[in-house]
Amino acid sequence: MNTEHQSPLHSLQALTPLASRRSLLAALAASPVLPALAQFRVEVTGVGLTQLPIALPSFRGEEGAPQKISQIVRADLERSGQFRNVDASSERLDETSRPDMAQWRQRAADALVTGSITRMADGRFDVRFRLWDVVKGQDLGGQGFAVTQADLRLVAHRISDFIYEKLTGERGIFSTRIAYVTKAAKRYVLWVADADGENAQSALSSTEPIISPAWSPNGSELAYVSFEARKPVVYVHEVASGRRRLVANFRGSNSAPAWSPDGASLAVTLTRDGLSQLYRISSQGGQPTRLTQSNGIDTEPAFSADGKTIYFVSDRGGSPQIYKVGAGGGAAQRVTFTGNYNISPAVSPDGRWLAYISRVGGAFKLYVMDLDGGTATAVTDTSDDESPSFAPNSRLIVYATKQGGREALMTTTLDGKIKARLAGQGGEIREPDWGPYQKY
Amino acid sequence: MITFKRVSIALSVAALMAGCSSGVKLDENANAGNNNGGANTSGSASGVAGVDLTGGQIAADGGPKGVGRVVYFDFDSFVVKSEAQGLVDANARFIKADAARKVTIEGHTDERGGREYNLALGQKRAEAVRRSLNLLGVSDSQVEAVSFGEEKPAAAGSNEAAYSQNRRAEISYR
Repeated sequence: MNTEHQSPLHSLQALTPLASRRSLLAALAASPVLPALAQFRVEVTGVGLTQLPIALPSFRGEEGAPQKISQIVRADLERSGQFRNVDASSERLDETSRPDMAQWRQRAADALVTGSITRMADGRFDVRFRLWDVVKGQDLGGQGFAVTQADLRLVAHRISDFIYEKLTGERGIFSTRIAYVTKAAKRYVLWVADADGENAQSALSSTEPIISPAWSPNGSELAYVSFEARKPVVYVHEVASGRRRLVANFRGSNSAPAWSPDGASLAVTLTRDGLSQLYRISSQGGQPTRLTQSNGIDTEPAFSADGKTIYFVSDRGGSPQIYKVGAGGGAAQRVTFTGNYNISPAVSPDGRWLAYISRVGGAFKLYVMDLDGGTATAVTDTSDDESPSFAPNSRLIVYATKQGGREALMTTTLDGKIKARLAGQGGEIREPDWGPYQKY
Repeated sequence: MITFKRVSIALSVAALMAGCSSGVKLDENANAGNNNGGANTSGSASGVAGVDLTGGQIAADGGPKGVGRVVYFDFDSFVVKSEAQGLVDANARFIKADAARKVTIEGHTDERGGREYNLALGQKRAEAVRRSLNLLGVSDSQVEAVSFGEEKPAAAGSNEAAYSQNRRAEISYR
């Protein structure tokens, strides 16, 4: 994986493991798409101390191309909080250039990405790039992709992933997807979008509310609560085909689906026995097993990554607090002790962090708790935060909030220093859930 | 009490016959008045009073004519207030009068707080009304308590006036 550029003339299937994703996108494209619906805008509200300075001059040929690859990559890297962009707007380089490292060192860039985009005779695009370690003067490798116009954004996110992994040693999350719900007029839409909020495609639209979307661990299905039957019912929805199945439609309300990490079952909140309690049910449906036995509300289950523990919200102690219980049920342990309203737990995939919403003086704030030490920190300066969900690499959280009186989706680093907003949305936007790494 | 019941049956028959001969629109209008909850504002062409108590007439939504459908709750409360007792009584009598009648109690909250937690709170309100009906002799097999949480506010706005309208449980005959 060093300096050799992979041939761009191979088909995408042969060249990279993007194939299954591409066919998925093709299937999704059949559903209605609102153009220019979602635009992520990076808003750096704090200064990270360990950001790596990186220069990304425009790719050669980008001016005439349908997607500005270098801009997408720059925004991805900036949003991660790990990188700081070094201005390189005047530079004309591509992946074949031998950049003058001394000059880039002088500009205080630690890394440099060069590339090109070329329209091929068959109408597809040839995208190539190369990553340089400016400090060591070392070529860190490159890739080439031959793709249709529809996959150009995906290619840009794959480039971001490559750069992120090479320079941080951790897996990137830029080519993952998020789901969220919008409400415009009386129409509710469940969207599937790229992790930067772009390329949003409608998975379901309804005149009745849709809440609590949750990605299956393999990223192919979404569980959610739909009110289309004049009551809350849990569905599982295969994203590529649009096939839906009823998973929980018991007497009373059915809600808060959470996947077990093996994808075989869901924890859900049912009221079939009176108050809201947690149950476990096969992801194919069937008879549920009761997990909690309290005389209060138990809801919002969330599995730990190892599948052994379920975090949830209960008001058994008088006010809503986060508890945890073994995945098979049993005695619950309280997790949050500060404040009198702590809800919506999300556990990071690495098991180190718990994100949740805490009511503080009438404001609803996103908190991040270190599960080892138990200390929790507010990471936003907004007051209507909702629905946190971790990126699969545990480095970012997506959440809903209100900005200027309107609902918005934000991503934040765990320390709250770097935030990005999903802007340009036509209606109310809410209920984000960050999908897993895509399996290829 | 017995004579009262006879009157109520007679009225209900009259109402059914009226329903047959008159158009759907009339009933819809009557229903629109009822849905605002509480008082019987739709009136009656014959001027006969007392329909509130009998629960014998059937509105367009299938519920009792002239009887409210909405029980309001105080902030952070899940207790059916005494002022709602008359409404609950009248609905209970109506439901009990026909074992085939089914109702859904739809619980709601105001917009503050998390959506899923509010769904559970709305369920608590629906359950409170279901229990009240049950205490009045309504069979649980005729009643389903569900919640809409904060998803279906009755009033728009982020102020107490709207919130107090939204903290409610609706008795739905649809």
